[in-house]
Amino acid sequence: MLVQLLFYGFSLVLLAAALGVITLRNPVHSALCLVLTFFTAAAIWLLVEAEFLAIVLVLVYVGAVMVLFLFVVMMLDINLEELRSGFTRHLALGVATALVLFLEIVGVVVARGVGSNMDMKAGMAPSDPQVSNATELGTALYTKYIYPFELAAVLLLVAIIAAIVLTMRHRKGLKVQDIGAQVATQSADRLKVLKMTAEKRE
Amino acid sequence: MITLQQMLFLSGALFSIAVAGIFINRKNIILLLMCIELLLLAANFNFVAFSRYLGNIDGQVFVFFVLTVAAAEAAIGLAILVVLFRERKSINVADISTLKG
Repeated sequence: MLVQLLFYGFSLVLLAAALGVITLRNPVHSALCLVLTFFTAAAIWLLVEAEFLAIVLVLVYVGAVMVLFLFVVMMLDINLEELRSGFTRHLALGVATALVLFLEIVGVVVARGVGSNMDMKAGMAPSDPQVSNATELGTALYTKYIYPFELAAVLLLVAIIAAIVLTMRHRKGLKVQDIGAQVATQSADRLKVLKMTAEKRE
Repeated sequence: MITLQQMLFLSGALFSIAVAGIFINRKNIILLLMCIELLLLAANFNFVAFSRYLGNIDGQVFVFFVLTVAAAEAAIGLAILVVLFRERKSINVADISTLKG
């Protein structure tokens, strides 16, 4: 009962925050609403016993991705008025599409009778209370899914390099150290030995 | 307890809101990126719900990979956005029409 109440409460907050993301005028407020959305989603995932993913969602999304979003939003000097034009023109179309989409999803789920009156854990074998969600996930990730896991790591590496290469800027007249040239230099390039006759003291 | 149906309805509602957001904010690239994040979150909800329902951990492993791809996408998307803003002084989608697509 308590779980049900919590689920409904979190769902309301989640949907309200998502509505805030798409309707608020200021992109900073939208980003903060998105943070709230992710946080509430993590809470709901905790309720359905996906603990590890809930923590990862908070760490990766709230901690890294949303901070990146906020950085970019605050860094750019955006003309908001121009971007807001046409808001009401597309509002009707957007709401109609969303409504149709939602009704279709509800229709499919109800028609197929997916999980109605069924406990979330009805279909699963009783899980061993000694084995935590993180252990379970880690075991699958490092055995059955080891190659996809490595590929994901490579993907992140590519993303890092791409982001750095895209945003790197070469300013003209910038004085930087060229370590290769410094190491390769010879004493002959620096030191000049001149021959001259000794001068007589006056 | 929470039923699978409730989770599916919730993720459907979240997905619909995100789709509406793409329609409404079709000029602002930052908000479009945020709406894509919401779409991926709704998809992840389904993965988590079915993973619990079927008692199979593979769904949660897939959520892990979706999170990885979403993080990479956000990083590269925002990098492109910064470069674009530096070039054009604007992030309006209507201004990006060099290719006449």
